[in-house]
Amino acid sequence: MWENFSEAIYLNFIKDDRWKYYTDGLKVTLTITLFAVLLGVAIGLVVGIIRATHERTHKLKIMNFLCGIYLTVIRGTPVVVQLMIIYYIILASARNKIPVAILAFGINSGAYVAEIFRSGIMSIDNGQMEAGRSLGFNYIQTMWYVVLPQAFKNVLPALCNEFIALLKETSVSGYIALQDLTKAGDIVRSRTFNPFFPLFTVAAIYLICVIVLTQCIKLLERRLRQSEH
Amino acid sequence: MKKKVFALTMAAVMAAASMAGCGSSAQETTAAATEAESTETAGEQSSEAEEAEAASESEGGVLIMATNAEFDPWEYHEGDEIVGIDVEIAQAIADKLGMELQIEDMAFDAIIPSVVSGKADIGMAAISYDEDRAASVNFSDDYASSSLVVLVTEESDIASEADLEGKLVGAQTGTTGELKASEIAGDSNVERYNSYFEAVQSLLTGKIDAVIIDGAPAKVFLSQNEGKIKQVGEALSNESYAVVTAKENTELLEKINGAIKELQESGEIDTIMNKYIPAE
Repeated sequence: MWENFSEAIYLNFIKDDRWKYYTDGLKVTLTITLFAVLLGVAIGLVVGIIRATHERTHKLKIMNFLCGIYLTVIRGTPVVVQLMIIYYIILASARNKIPVAILAFGINSGAYVAEIFRSGIMSIDNGQMEAGRSLGFNYIQTMWYVVLPQAFKNVLPALCNEFIALLKETSVSGYIALQDLTKAGDIVRSRTFNPFFPLFTVAAIYLICVIVLTQCIKLLERRLRQSEH
Repeated sequence: MKKKVFALTMAAVMAAASMAGCGSSAQETTAAATEAESTETAGEQSSEAEEAEAASESEGGVLIMATNAEFDPWEYHEGDEIVGIDVEIAQAIADKLGMELQIEDMAFDAIIPSVVSGKADIGMAAISYDEDRAASVNFSDDYASSSLVVLVTEESDIASEADLEGKLVGAQTGTTGELKASEIAGDSNVERYNSYFEAVQSLLTGKIDAVIIDGAPAKVFLSQNEGKIKQVGEALSNESYAVVTAKENTELLEKINGAIKELQESGEIDTIMNKYIPAE
């Protein structure tokens, strides 16, 4: 048994430097996730504020309508289809695939983050806004200094959920021939014809990433709660 | 808390290790046992098939063929059927063995694992002999030959294999074309697509510089995209296609070899090949 095990380790990780597929794939996965999260938060913040503002004040009708279309289309279609549409049609001549993937996953994540932020903003009592305005802040200042910091704390668990989902969703990057972590496992699997090690290795790496991410967010939550005392 | 996490991780690692042991020892079962097993599974499968199509049930059980039907002319979808050279040859082999052919369409890199795990009896998908593959499955005698060629866009300045170094080369994951591409262009310059038509599509839009692919499907892509892509240089290597079977199923392998020999002698394989690949 031990012989088979060490041979499998050799075939799956050491021969032809196959471990490099995993490390390179992990780099790609993390790069895509990190930048897609940033893009998603940026889009989500803007869309979320527009939607929440419309709900509270009934202003920004056209912007709210456009945001509504964005949410419907993005949430109504699978991310892998969106990814392929962006890669094969919209950016048909793009050669560098990582930005394509970041764009696709960022736009996708933005729709979900927007709704998270909207729910966060709506959870803050309107009195906060009124207080801010009566103290001389304009709408945007009140939003930025008073409402959003409180909203952010409320939505952190939901946001964490979205980041975890995004990290795992990037596993469909292989559809555009991008060598992310999942594709790395596929390549090794296509060399060794043994599904066991590549699949479990890939699963374990994703799991570790998610655990680390969860811990970081827990720390952040604890830090943010200090203001409550 | 930390201790618990550690214990859990250890438990998972140990479980994984022991499962790996089971996997490999299961492969070492004697020929007799697998024979019994295979007749058993054949029985099960035929009873499943019976429910679906009781009329077409034949005596010798079902021969499940794993393939990747995105490789015109070897195997591809036409209407709601999978057709192609491999399919017709497999049908001819199944007829010789008195078995009913059942085709399972899957990703190319899933074919050999399916054969190893017994989900399919044979794999036929323009599979060329390769040492790494031969370590997992048995190869039958060759039934056809082909070669790897390079496709580029019409206006490309790549003229031969030598110009490919450092260029982005596309291929389908797990194919000999992919291995060749990584050998010639460098591993990091290989774009691994899920199927060859995606690689050719990317070639057409300029995402990649070349595609390394088997000769016969290359001809199909060339005729579909006339004036847009061309073939350059000599054939990169000669490939010969064979049927793959599970290591322990030597009885089936012998039967298939016998059938291939008969089909070659009777000229049936040539007839099928000529039907799909017009002579030059």
